[in-house]
Amino acid sequence: MNRRKGNTAWYMLFTLPLIFVFTTVVIIPFFMGIVYSFFSWDGLKLNPKIFVGFDNYIRLFSDTRFLSSIGHTVLFTIVTVLFINILGLIFALITTTKLKTRNVVRTMLLMPYLIGGIILGFIWQFIFTDVFSFMGETLGLTNVFFNWLLDPEFALISIMIVTTWQMAGYTMIIYIAGIQAIPEDVIEAAAIDGAGFWKTLFKIKFPLMMPSFTISLFMTLSTCFKIFDVNLSLTGGGPNNATEMFAMNIYNEIFAKNNFGYGQAKAILFFILVAVITLIQVSITKKKEVTMQ
Amino acid sequence: MKKALKVLLEILIVVLCLLYLFPIYIVIVNSFKNRAELYDNILGLPAKIDFQYYKTAMTKMSFLTAFKNSFIVTAVSIGIIVVLASMTAWMLVRTDDKLSKVLFTVFIATMLIPFQTLMMPLMQVMGWIRDTLNIPMLDSLGGLIYMNVGFGASMAVFLYHGFVKSIPISLEEAAIIDGCNTFELFWKIVFPMLKPTTVTVMILDVIWIWNDYMLPSLVISSKHLRTIPLSTAAFFGQFTIQWNLSMAGLTLTIIPVIIFYLSAQKHIVKGVAAGAIK
Repeated sequence: MNRRKGNTAWYMLFTLPLIFVFTTVVIIPFFMGIVYSFFSWDGLKLNPKIFVGFDNYIRLFSDTRFLSSIGHTVLFTIVTVLFINILGLIFALITTTKLKTRNVVRTMLLMPYLIGGIILGFIWQFIFTDVFSFMGETLGLTNVFFNWLLDPEFALISIMIVTTWQMAGYTMIIYIAGIQAIPEDVIEAAAIDGAGFWKTLFKIKFPLMMPSFTISLFMTLSTCFKIFDVNLSLTGGGPNNATEMFAMNIYNEIFAKNNFGYGQAKAILFFILVAVITLIQVSITKKKEVTMQ
Repeated sequence: MKKALKVLLEILIVVLCLLYLFPIYIVIVNSFKNRAELYDNILGLPAKIDFQYYKTAMTKMSFLTAFKNSFIVTAVSIGIIVVLASMTAWMLVRTDDKLSKVLFTVFIATMLIPFQTLMMPLMQVMGWIRDTLNIPMLDSLGGLIYMNVGFGASMAVFLYHGFVKSIPISLEEAAIIDGCNTFELFWKIVFPMLKPTTVTVMILDVIWIWNDYMLPSLVISSKHLRTIPLSTAAFFGQFTIQWNLSMAGLTLTIIPVIIFYLSAQKHIVKGVAAGAIK
Protein backbone atom coordinates (compact mmCIF):
# COMPACT_ATOMS: atom_id res chain seq x y z
CA MET A 1 0.00 0.00 0.00
CA ASN A 2 2.31 2.76 -1.04
CA ARG A 3 0.40 5.95 -0.52
CA ARG A 4 3.50 8.07 -0.67
CA LYS A 5 3.73 8.79 -4.39
CA GLY A 6 6.61 11.18 -3.85
CA ASN A 7 4.71 12.71 -0.98
CA THR A 8 7.54 12.98 1.50
CA ALA A 9 6.26 16.37 2.61
CA TRP A 10 2.98 14.90 3.88
CA TYR A 11 4.86 12.09 5.58
CA MET A 12 7.01 14.57 7.43
CA LEU A 13 4.12 16.85 8.30
CA PHE A 14 2.21 13.96 9.87
CA THR A 15 4.99 12.25 11.74
CA LEU A 16 7.71 14.79 12.55
CA PRO A 17 5.94 16.77 15.30
CA LEU A 18 5.44 13.68 17.47
CA ILE A 19 8.86 12.26 16.60
CA PHE A 20 10.45 15.56 17.64
CA VAL A 21 8.74 15.66 21.05
CA PHE A 22 9.35 11.96 21.59
CA THR A 23 13.04 12.29 20.74
CA THR A 24 13.65 15.15 23.15
CA VAL A 25 11.68 13.55 26.00
CA VAL A 26 12.57 9.86 25.67
CA ILE A 27 15.35 9.07 23.18
CA ILE A 28 17.93 11.74 24.03
CA PRO A 29 17.53 11.39 27.83
CA PHE A 30 17.84 7.62 27.49
CA PHE A 31 21.23 7.78 25.77
CA MET A 32 22.39 10.64 27.98
CA GLY A 33 21.44 8.49 30.96
CA ILE A 34 23.76 5.72 29.80
CA VAL A 35 26.59 8.25 29.48
CA TYR A 36 25.90 9.80 32.90
CA SER A 37 26.10 6.36 34.53
CA PHE A 38 29.82 6.26 33.79
CA PHE A 39 30.50 9.57 35.52
CA SER A 40 30.71 10.80 39.06
CA TRP A 41 28.73 14.03 39.45
CA ASP A 42 26.83 15.78 42.23
CA GLY A 43 24.29 17.43 39.92
CA LEU A 44 25.61 20.95 40.28
CA LYS A 45 26.35 22.56 36.96
CA LEU A 46 29.61 24.20 37.97
CA ASN A 47 31.05 21.05 39.49
CA PRO A 48 33.01 18.74 37.18
CA LYS A 49 31.76 15.43 35.90
CA ILE A 50 34.53 12.90 36.43
CA PHE A 51 34.71 9.84 34.20
CA VAL A 52 34.89 6.71 36.37
CA GLY A 53 34.23 3.93 33.86
CA PHE A 54 32.37 1.00 35.37
CA ASP A 55 33.09 2.07 38.96
CA ASN A 56 29.48 3.09 39.60
CA TYR A 57 28.28 -0.34 38.50
CA ILE A 58 30.89 -2.15 40.59
CA ARG A 59 29.94 -0.08 43.63
CA LEU A 60 26.35 -1.32 43.35
CA PHE A 61 27.34 -4.75 44.58
CA SER A 62 28.67 -3.51 47.90
CA ASP A 63 25.87 -0.99 48.57
CA THR A 64 23.96 -2.73 51.37
CA ARG A 65 21.07 -0.26 51.42
CA PHE A 66 20.62 -0.74 47.68
CA LEU A 67 20.86 -4.52 47.86
CA SER A 68 18.32 -4.69 50.65
CA SER A 69 15.99 -2.42 48.63
CA ILE A 70 16.19 -4.98 45.82
CA GLY A 71 15.42 -7.67 48.40
CA HIS A 72 12.28 -5.82 49.56
CA THR A 73 11.23 -5.26 45.97
CA VAL A 74 11.57 -8.92 44.99
CA LEU A 75 9.77 -10.18 48.10
CA PHE A 76 7.07 -7.54 47.71
CA THR A 77 6.63 -8.31 44.00
CA ILE A 78 6.30 -12.08 44.37
CA VAL A 79 3.78 -11.95 47.22
CA THR A 80 1.75 -9.07 45.80
CA VAL A 81 1.54 -10.45 42.26
CA LEU A 82 0.15 -13.70 43.68
CA PHE A 83 -2.45 -11.99 45.84
CA ILE A 84 -3.53 -9.51 43.15
CA ASN A 85 -4.09 -12.29 40.64
CA ILE A 86 -5.85 -14.69 42.99
CA LEU A 87 -8.19 -11.95 44.17
CA GLY A 88 -8.73 -10.59 40.64
CA LEU A 89 -9.54 -14.06 39.36
CA ILE A 90 -12.07 -14.66 42.15
CA PHE A 91 -13.67 -11.28 41.42
CA ALA A 92 -13.86 -12.13 37.72
CA LEU A 93 -15.46 -15.52 38.39
CA ILE A 94 -18.06 -13.92 40.66
CA THR A 95 -18.93 -11.11 38.27
CA THR A 96 -19.30 -13.37 35.23
CA THR A 97 -22.04 -15.43 36.87
CA LYS A 98 -25.69 -14.60 36.28
CA LEU A 99 -25.80 -12.16 39.19
CA LYS A 100 -28.15 -9.24 38.64
CA THR A 101 -25.83 -6.96 40.54
CA ARG A 102 -22.71 -7.93 38.60
CA ASN A 103 -22.26 -4.55 36.96
CA VAL A 104 -22.55 -2.71 40.25
CA VAL A 105 -20.09 -5.13 41.79
CA ARG A 106 -17.60 -4.64 38.96
CA THR A 107 -17.89 -0.88 39.27
CA MET A 108 -17.15 -1.00 42.97
CA LEU A 109 -14.21 -3.35 42.66
CA LEU A 110 -12.48 -1.33 39.95
CA MET A 111 -12.81 1.91 41.93
CA PRO A 112 -9.48 1.75 43.83
CA TYR A 113 -7.56 1.40 40.56
CA LEU A 114 -8.75 4.81 39.39
CA ILE A 115 -7.63 6.66 42.50
CA GLY A 116 -3.94 7.43 42.19
CA GLY A 117 -1.28 5.65 44.25
CA ILE A 118 -0.30 8.82 46.12
CA ILE A 119 -3.86 9.36 47.39
CA LEU A 120 -4.36 5.66 48.18
CA GLY A 121 -1.20 5.63 50.26
CA PHE A 122 -2.44 8.58 52.30
CA ILE A 123 -5.85 6.99 52.86
CA TRP A 124 -4.32 3.77 54.13
CA GLN A 125 -1.73 5.60 56.20
CA PHE A 126 -4.62 6.80 58.36
CA ILE A 127 -6.01 3.27 58.58
CA PHE A 128 -2.76 1.51 59.46
CA THR A 129 -1.84 4.10 62.08
CA ASP A 130 -4.83 5.59 63.91
CA VAL A 131 -7.69 3.29 62.89
CA PHE A 132 -5.62 0.21 63.73
CA SER A 133 -4.50 1.63 67.06
CA PHE A 134 -8.12 2.44 67.87
CA MET A 135 -9.33 -1.03 66.92
CA GLY A 136 -6.60 -2.66 68.96
CA GLU A 137 -7.52 -0.72 72.05
CA THR A 138 -11.27 -1.19 71.68
CA LEU A 139 -11.15 -4.86 70.77
CA GLY A 140 -8.31 -5.67 73.16
CA LEU A 141 -6.33 -7.15 70.26
CA THR A 142 -3.26 -4.96 70.52
CA ASN A 143 -1.01 -7.70 69.14
CA VAL A 144 -2.94 -7.71 65.82
CA PHE A 145 -4.08 -4.12 65.57
CA PHE A 146 -1.33 -1.63 66.35
CA ASN A 147 0.47 1.00 64.33
CA TRP A 148 1.68 -1.25 61.52
CA LEU A 149 3.78 1.41 59.85
CA LEU A 150 6.23 1.53 62.76
CA ASP A 151 7.13 -2.14 62.41
CA PRO A 152 9.52 -3.02 59.54
CA GLU A 153 7.79 -6.26 58.56
CA PHE A 154 4.23 -5.08 59.01
CA ALA A 155 5.02 -1.89 57.10
CA LEU A 156 6.08 -4.02 54.14
CA ILE A 157 2.90 -6.08 54.49
CA SER A 158 0.95 -2.81 54.50
CA ILE A 159 2.36 -1.87 51.10
CA MET A 160 1.44 -5.35 49.84
CA ILE A 161 -2.14 -4.93 51.06
CA VAL A 162 -2.60 -1.47 49.55
CA THR A 163 -1.15 -2.51 46.20
CA THR A 164 -3.32 -5.63 46.12
CA TRP A 165 -6.35 -3.51 46.94
CA GLN A 166 -5.45 -1.09 44.16
CA MET A 167 -4.69 -3.61 41.41
CA ALA A 168 -7.09 -6.54 42.03
CA GLY A 169 -9.89 -4.76 40.16
CA TYR A 170 -7.58 -4.18 37.23
CA THR A 171 -6.71 -7.86 36.86
CA MET A 172 -10.41 -8.63 37.31
CA ILE A 173 -11.06 -6.72 34.07
CA ILE A 174 -8.41 -8.75 32.23
CA TYR A 175 -9.79 -12.05 33.55
CA ILE A 176 -13.38 -11.06 32.73
CA ALA A 177 -12.30 -10.53 29.11
CA GLY A 178 -10.68 -13.97 29.17
CA ILE A 179 -13.74 -15.70 30.60
CA GLN A 180 -16.09 -13.98 28.18
CA ALA A 181 -13.96 -15.15 25.25
CA ILE A 182 -14.69 -18.80 26.11
CA PRO A 183 -17.43 -20.02 23.75
CA GLU A 184 -20.75 -20.79 25.51
CA ASP A 185 -21.09 -24.20 23.82
CA VAL A 186 -17.82 -25.49 25.25
CA ILE A 187 -19.13 -24.88 28.77
CA GLU A 188 -22.51 -26.37 27.87
CA ALA A 189 -20.89 -29.45 26.37
CA ALA A 190 -18.90 -29.94 29.56
CA ALA A 191 -22.08 -29.63 31.62
CA ILE A 192 -23.83 -32.24 29.46
CA ASP A 193 -20.84 -34.55 29.92
CA GLY A 194 -21.41 -34.24 33.65
CA ALA A 195 -18.51 -31.96 34.60
CA GLY A 196 -19.19 -30.20 37.91
CA PHE A 197 -18.29 -26.65 38.90
CA TRP A 198 -14.67 -27.37 39.91
CA LYS A 199 -13.99 -29.67 37.02
CA THR A 200 -15.32 -27.12 34.52
CA LEU A 201 -13.21 -24.45 36.22
CA PHE A 202 -9.91 -26.31 36.24
CA LYS A 203 -10.20 -28.48 33.14
CA ILE A 204 -12.07 -26.15 30.77
CA LYS A 205 -12.02 -22.53 31.83
CA PHE A 206 -8.47 -22.14 33.16
CA PRO A 207 -6.72 -23.81 30.21
CA LEU A 208 -8.71 -21.64 27.79
CA MET A 209 -7.82 -18.55 29.81
CA MET A 210 -4.06 -19.07 29.59
CA PRO A 211 -3.45 -15.88 27.54
CA SER A 212 -5.22 -13.85 30.25
CA PHE A 213 -3.02 -15.39 32.91
CA THR A 214 0.16 -14.50 31.03
CA ILE A 215 -0.95 -10.93 30.34
CA SER A 216 -2.17 -10.33 33.85
CA LEU A 217 0.81 -11.92 35.59
CA PHE A 218 3.36 -9.93 33.67
CA MET A 219 1.40 -6.68 33.80
CA THR A 220 1.25 -6.91 37.58
CA LEU A 221 4.84 -8.17 37.75
CA SER A 222 6.23 -5.08 36.04
CA THR A 223 3.85 -2.71 37.88
CA CYS A 224 4.85 -4.12 41.27
CA PHE A 225 8.53 -4.13 40.42
CA LYS A 226 8.32 -0.44 39.49
CA ILE A 227 6.23 0.59 42.52
CA PHE A 228 6.90 4.14 43.72
CA ASP A 229 3.79 6.20 44.53
CA VAL A 230 2.28 3.98 47.25
CA ASN A 231 5.74 3.40 48.66
CA LEU A 232 6.29 7.14 48.95
CA SER A 233 2.95 8.16 50.42
CA LEU A 234 2.33 5.17 52.70
CA THR A 235 5.68 4.54 54.37
CA GLY A 236 8.12 6.91 52.69
CA GLY A 237 10.53 3.97 52.74
CA GLY A 238 10.50 3.80 56.54
CA PRO A 239 10.85 2.73 59.25
CA ASN A 240 14.63 2.93 58.84
CA ASN A 241 14.56 2.26 55.06
CA ALA A 242 12.96 -1.13 55.80
CA THR A 243 10.39 -0.61 53.03
CA GLU A 244 12.50 1.31 50.54
CA MET A 245 11.92 -0.24 47.12
CA PHE A 246 14.12 -0.18 44.03
CA ALA A 247 12.52 2.87 42.39
CA MET A 248 12.59 4.88 45.59
CA ASN A 249 16.23 3.96 46.21
CA ILE A 250 17.10 5.38 42.78
CA TYR A 251 15.11 8.52 43.50
CA ASN A 252 16.80 9.04 46.88
CA GLU A 253 20.27 8.34 45.53
CA ILE A 254 19.87 11.01 42.84
CA PHE A 255 17.68 13.69 44.35
CA ALA A 256 18.27 13.30 48.10
CA LYS A 257 21.94 12.29 48.20
CA ASN A 258 22.88 14.13 44.99
CA ASN A 259 24.82 11.19 43.58
CA PHE A 260 23.67 11.79 40.01
CA GLY A 261 26.09 9.45 38.25
CA TYR A 262 25.87 6.61 40.74
CA GLY A 263 22.09 6.90 40.95
CA GLN A 264 21.88 6.81 37.16
CA ALA A 265 23.86 3.56 37.12
CA LYS A 266 21.15 2.10 39.37
CA ALA A 267 18.54 3.48 36.98
CA ILE A 268 20.19 1.75 34.02
CA LEU A 269 20.29 -1.55 35.91
CA PHE A 270 16.62 -0.99 36.74
CA PHE A 271 15.88 -0.57 33.03
CA ILE A 272 17.73 -3.78 32.16
CA LEU A 273 15.77 -5.79 34.74
CA VAL A 274 12.40 -4.35 33.66
CA ALA A 275 13.26 -4.98 30.01
CA VAL A 276 14.20 -8.60 30.72
CA ILE A 277 10.93 -9.23 32.59
CA THR A 278 8.90 -7.71 29.76
CA LEU A 279 10.77 -9.51 26.98
CA ILE A 280 10.24 -12.86 28.71
CA GLN A 281 6.55 -11.99 28.84
CA VAL A 282 6.39 -11.17 25.13
CA SER A 283 8.13 -14.41 24.13
CA ILE A 284 5.87 -16.52 26.37
CA THR A 285 2.72 -14.78 25.11
CA LYS A 286 3.79 -15.38 21.51
CA LYS A 287 4.44 -19.09 22.12
CA LYS A 288 1.06 -19.48 23.84
CA GLU A 289 -0.68 -17.89 20.89
CA VAL A 290 0.83 -20.47 18.57
CA THR A 291 -0.27 -23.41 20.69
CA MET A 292 -3.75 -21.94 21.08
CA GLN A 293 -4.43 -21.96 17.37
CA MET B 1 -36.90 -21.05 48.46
CA LYS B 2 -34.23 -21.09 45.79
CA LYS B 3 -35.15 -17.56 44.77
CA ALA B 4 -34.82 -16.30 48.31
CA LEU B 5 -31.37 -17.87 48.54
CA LYS B 6 -30.33 -16.19 45.32
CA VAL B 7 -31.45 -12.79 46.54
CA LEU B 8 -29.61 -13.38 49.79
CA LEU B 9 -26.45 -14.29 47.87
CA GLU B 10 -26.72 -11.12 45.80
CA ILE B 11 -27.10 -9.02 48.91
CA LEU B 12 -24.16 -10.79 50.55
CA ILE B 13 -21.90 -10.06 47.58
CA VAL B 14 -22.86 -6.39 47.49
CA VAL B 15 -22.22 -6.12 51.22
CA LEU B 16 -18.79 -7.72 50.75
CA CYS B 17 -18.03 -5.19 48.03
CA LEU B 18 -19.05 -2.36 50.31
CA LEU B 19 -16.67 -3.77 52.92
CA TYR B 20 -13.99 -3.76 50.23
CA LEU B 21 -14.50 -0.01 49.86
CA PHE B 22 -14.37 0.44 53.62
CA PRO B 23 -11.21 2.65 53.45
CA ILE B 24 -13.12 5.21 51.40
CA TYR B 25 -15.92 5.16 53.98
CA ILE B 26 -13.38 5.77 56.76
CA VAL B 27 -11.99 8.79 54.92
CA ILE B 28 -15.41 10.33 54.32
CA VAL B 29 -16.90 9.85 57.81
CA ASN B 30 -13.82 11.17 59.56
CA SER B 31 -13.70 14.28 57.44
CA PHE B 32 -16.78 15.50 59.36
CA LYS B 33 -15.65 14.75 62.92
CA ASN B 34 -13.88 17.08 65.28
CA ARG B 35 -10.71 15.94 67.00
CA ALA B 36 -12.37 14.57 70.14
CA GLU B 37 -15.07 12.74 68.22
CA LEU B 38 -12.54 11.30 65.79
CA TYR B 39 -10.49 9.66 68.53
CA ASP B 40 -13.60 8.65 70.42
CA ASN B 41 -15.35 6.91 67.58
CA ILE B 42 -13.12 6.46 64.55
CA LEU B 43 -15.28 3.87 62.78
CA GLY B 44 -18.79 5.25 63.27
CA LEU B 45 -20.85 7.85 61.46
CA PRO B 46 -20.28 11.49 62.43
CA ALA B 47 -22.65 13.09 64.95
CA LYS B 48 -23.38 15.95 62.58
CA ILE B 49 -22.48 16.93 59.07
CA ASP B 50 -20.21 19.92 59.30
CA PHE B 51 -18.33 21.17 56.27
CA GLN B 52 -15.89 23.39 58.16
CA TYR B 53 -12.91 21.12 57.52
CA TYR B 54 -13.71 21.10 53.82
CA LYS B 55 -13.63 24.88 53.73
CA THR B 56 -10.28 24.95 55.52
CA ALA B 57 -8.84 22.15 53.39
CA MET B 58 -10.00 23.83 50.20
CA THR B 59 -8.18 27.08 50.97
CA LYS B 60 -5.12 25.45 52.56
CA MET B 61 -4.45 23.18 49.59
CA SER B 62 -5.64 25.78 47.03
CA PHE B 63 -7.93 23.10 45.72
CA LEU B 64 -9.52 25.15 42.95
CA THR B 65 -6.16 26.24 41.54
CA ALA B 66 -4.84 22.68 41.74
CA PHE B 67 -7.99 21.37 40.07
CA LYS B 68 -7.65 23.94 37.29
CA ASN B 69 -3.97 23.05 36.76
CA SER B 70 -4.69 19.31 36.72
CA PHE B 71 -7.56 19.85 34.31
CA ILE B 72 -5.50 21.99 31.90
CA VAL B 73 -2.55 19.60 31.96
CA THR B 74 -4.72 16.49 31.48
CA ALA B 75 -6.97 17.95 28.78
CA VAL B 76 -4.28 19.65 26.70
CA SER B 77 -1.82 16.75 26.96
CA ILE B 78 -4.47 14.28 25.82
CA GLY B 79 -5.66 16.55 23.03
CA ILE B 80 -2.14 16.82 21.64
CA ILE B 81 -1.41 13.09 22.12
CA VAL B 82 -4.58 12.10 20.26
CA VAL B 83 -3.94 14.45 17.32
CA LEU B 84 -0.24 13.74 16.86
CA ALA B 85 -0.30 10.01 17.62
CA SER B 86 -3.24 9.25 15.33
CA MET B 87 -1.64 11.15 12.43
CA THR B 88 1.71 9.46 13.02
CA ALA B 89 0.28 5.95 13.39
CA TRP B 90 -1.88 6.31 10.27
CA MET B 91 1.07 7.54 8.19
CA LEU B 92 3.25 4.71 9.49
CA VAL B 93 0.68 2.07 8.54
CA ARG B 94 -0.21 3.53 5.15
CA THR B 95 3.39 4.14 4.10
CA ASP B 96 4.61 0.61 4.05
CA ASP B 97 8.37 1.04 3.84
CA LYS B 98 11.48 0.37 5.90
CA LEU B 99 11.55 3.77 7.58
CA SER B 100 8.00 3.34 8.89
CA LYS B 101 8.84 -0.06 10.29
CA VAL B 102 11.94 1.24 12.04
CA LEU B 103 10.05 4.20 13.53
CA PHE B 104 7.26 1.97 14.78
CA THR B 105 9.75 -0.46 16.34
CA VAL B 106 11.50 2.41 18.13
CA PHE B 107 8.18 3.65 19.54
CA ILE B 108 7.34 0.16 20.84
CA ALA B 109 10.80 -0.67 22.15
CA THR B 110 10.94 2.46 24.32
CA MET B 111 7.82 1.32 26.16
CA LEU B 112 10.25 -0.88 28.10
CA ILE B 113 12.04 2.09 29.65
CA PRO B 114 10.83 2.87 33.19
CA PHE B 115 10.43 6.51 34.19
CA GLN B 116 13.19 6.33 36.80
CA THR B 117 15.73 5.62 34.06
CA LEU B 118 14.84 8.82 32.22
CA MET B 119 14.00 11.27 34.97
CA MET B 120 17.43 12.68 35.79
CA PRO B 121 18.77 13.11 32.24
CA LEU B 122 15.34 14.43 31.17
CA MET B 123 15.63 17.22 33.73
CA GLN B 124 19.10 18.01 32.34
CA VAL B 125 17.78 18.19 28.75
CA MET B 126 14.86 20.41 29.77
CA GLY B 127 17.18 22.61 31.85
CA TRP B 128 19.46 22.96 28.86
CA ILE B 129 16.55 23.94 26.57
CA ARG B 130 15.43 26.51 29.13
CA ASP B 131 18.90 28.01 29.50
CA THR B 132 19.98 28.11 25.87
CA LEU B 133 16.72 28.64 24.00
CA ASN B 134 14.91 30.55 26.75
CA ILE B 135 11.84 28.31 26.56
CA PRO B 136 10.41 27.73 30.07
CA MET B 137 10.35 23.91 30.06
CA LEU B 138 10.71 23.60 33.83
CA ASP B 139 8.28 24.95 36.40
CA SER B 140 5.61 25.59 33.78
CA LEU B 141 2.42 23.77 32.81
CA GLY B 142 3.48 23.97 29.17
CA GLY B 143 6.70 22.10 29.91
CA LEU B 144 4.79 19.45 31.84
CA ILE B 145 2.36 19.04 28.95
CA TYR B 146 5.24 18.75 26.49
CA MET B 147 6.81 15.94 28.53
CA ASN B 148 3.46 14.17 28.97
CA VAL B 149 3.09 14.12 25.18
CA GLY B 150 6.54 12.55 24.88
CA PHE B 151 5.79 9.88 27.46
CA GLY B 152 2.30 9.15 26.11
CA ALA B 153 3.40 8.89 22.47
CA SER B 154 4.44 5.22 22.37
CA MET B 155 1.29 3.72 23.86
CA ALA B 156 -1.00 5.89 21.74
CA VAL B 157 0.90 5.19 18.50
CA PHE B 158 0.81 1.48 19.35
CA LEU B 159 -2.98 1.44 19.90
CA TYR B 160 -3.76 3.54 16.80
CA HIS B 161 -1.35 1.50 14.68
CA GLY B 162 -3.15 -1.72 15.55
CA PHE B 163 -6.54 -0.22 14.76
CA VAL B 164 -5.58 1.46 11.45
CA LYS B 165 -4.27 -1.88 10.19
CA SER B 166 -7.72 -3.38 10.70
CA ILE B 167 -9.65 -0.82 8.61
CA PRO B 168 -9.90 -1.37 4.86
CA ILE B 169 -8.09 1.07 2.60
CA SER B 170 -10.82 1.19 -0.06
CA LEU B 171 -12.69 4.07 1.61
CA GLU B 172 -9.56 6.15 1.59
CA GLU B 173 -8.95 5.37 -2.08
CA ALA B 174 -12.46 6.47 -2.95
CA ALA B 175 -11.90 9.75 -1.13
CA ILE B 176 -8.71 10.39 -3.07
CA ILE B 177 -10.53 9.84 -6.34
CA ASP B 178 -13.06 12.40 -5.12
CA GLY B 179 -10.20 14.88 -4.87
CA CYS B 180 -9.38 14.94 -1.17
CA ASN B 181 -5.84 15.90 -0.24
CA THR B 182 -4.02 13.93 2.44
CA PHE B 183 -4.94 16.37 5.21
CA GLU B 184 -8.68 16.35 4.39
CA LEU B 185 -8.57 12.62 3.86
CA PHE B 186 -7.22 12.03 7.34
CA TRP B 187 -9.44 14.44 9.24
CA LYS B 188 -12.68 13.93 7.33
CA ILE B 189 -12.54 10.20 6.59
CA VAL B 190 -9.97 8.41 8.72
CA PHE B 191 -10.01 10.18 12.08
CA PRO B 192 -13.77 9.70 12.69
CA MET B 193 -13.31 5.96 12.07
CA LEU B 194 -10.62 5.81 14.75
CA LYS B 195 -13.08 6.84 17.46
CA PRO B 196 -13.00 3.58 19.49
CA THR B 197 -9.22 3.82 19.82
CA THR B 198 -9.42 7.55 20.55
CA VAL B 199 -11.73 6.78 23.48
CA THR B 200 -9.37 4.07 24.75
CA VAL B 201 -6.35 6.38 24.53
CA MET B 202 -8.25 9.16 26.30
CA ILE B 203 -9.39 6.91 29.17
CA LEU B 204 -5.96 5.38 29.75
CA ASP B 205 -4.28 8.77 29.61
CA VAL B 206 -6.78 10.43 31.96
CA ILE B 207 -6.10 7.74 34.58
CA TRP B 208 -2.35 8.15 34.10
CA ILE B 209 -1.97 11.95 33.81
CA TRP B 210 -4.57 12.94 36.41
CA ASN B 211 -2.93 10.72 39.03
CA ASP B 212 0.69 11.19 37.97
CA TYR B 213 2.88 12.38 40.79
CA MET B 214 6.49 11.75 39.92
CA LEU B 215 6.96 13.80 36.74
CA PRO B 216 5.03 16.86 38.02
CA SER B 217 6.95 16.69 41.30
CA LEU B 218 10.20 17.04 39.37
CA VAL B 219 8.98 19.65 36.87
CA ILE B 220 6.81 21.94 39.00
CA SER B 221 8.23 23.89 41.92
CA SER B 222 5.92 26.95 42.17
CA LYS B 223 3.01 26.62 44.55
CA HIS B 224 0.46 28.11 42.15
CA LEU B 225 1.28 25.55 39.44
CA ARG B 226 0.73 22.44 41.56
CA THR B 227 -1.53 19.72 40.22
CA ILE B 228 -3.90 17.82 42.53
CA PRO B 229 -1.48 15.01 43.52
CA LEU B 230 1.21 17.61 44.28
CA SER B 231 -1.01 19.85 46.37
CA THR B 232 -2.47 16.84 48.19
CA ALA B 233 1.01 15.56 49.03
CA ALA B 234 2.14 18.98 50.25
CA PHE B 235 -1.06 19.48 52.24
CA PHE B 236 -0.95 16.00 53.74
CA GLY B 237 2.65 16.38 54.82
CA GLN B 238 1.70 19.58 56.59
CA PHE B 239 -1.41 18.34 58.40
CA THR B 240 -0.74 14.68 59.23
CA ILE B 241 -1.66 15.28 62.85
CA GLN B 242 -4.95 16.96 61.98
CA TRP B 243 -6.57 13.90 60.48
CA ASN B 244 -10.04 15.40 60.04
CA LEU B 245 -8.56 18.15 57.92
CA SER B 246 -6.46 15.78 55.82
CA MET B 247 -9.42 13.42 55.39
CA ALA B 248 -11.49 16.33 54.07
CA GLY B 249 -8.65 17.09 51.66
CA LEU B 250 -8.50 13.48 50.48
CA THR B 251 -12.29 13.39 49.98
CA LEU B 252 -12.03 16.51 47.83
CA THR B 253 -9.43 14.86 45.62
CA ILE B 254 -11.44 11.64 45.27
CA ILE B 255 -14.71 13.35 44.26
CA PRO B 256 -13.62 14.31 40.71
CA VAL B 257 -12.35 10.75 40.13
CA ILE B 258 -15.66 9.25 41.24
CA ILE B 259 -17.65 11.66 39.05
CA PHE B 260 -15.46 10.83 36.07
CA TYR B 261 -15.78 7.11 36.78
CA LEU B 262 -19.55 7.06 37.13
CA SER B 263 -20.11 9.23 34.06
CA ALA B 264 -17.87 7.22 31.74
CA GLN B 265 -17.96 3.86 33.46
CA LYS B 266 -18.61 1.68 30.42
CA HIS B 267 -15.89 3.34 28.39
CA ILE B 268 -13.46 3.06 31.30
CA VAL B 269 -13.96 -0.68 31.75
CA LYS B 270 -13.60 -1.21 27.99
CA GLY B 271 -10.61 1.11 27.75
CA VAL B 272 -8.76 -0.53 30.62
CA ALA B 273 -9.37 -3.95 29.09
CA ALA B 274 -8.28 -2.83 25.62
CA GLY B 275 -5.15 -1.18 26.97
CA ALA B 276 -4.10 -4.29 28.84
CA ILE B 277 -4.84 -6.89 26.23
CA LYS B 278 -3.36 -5.26 23.12
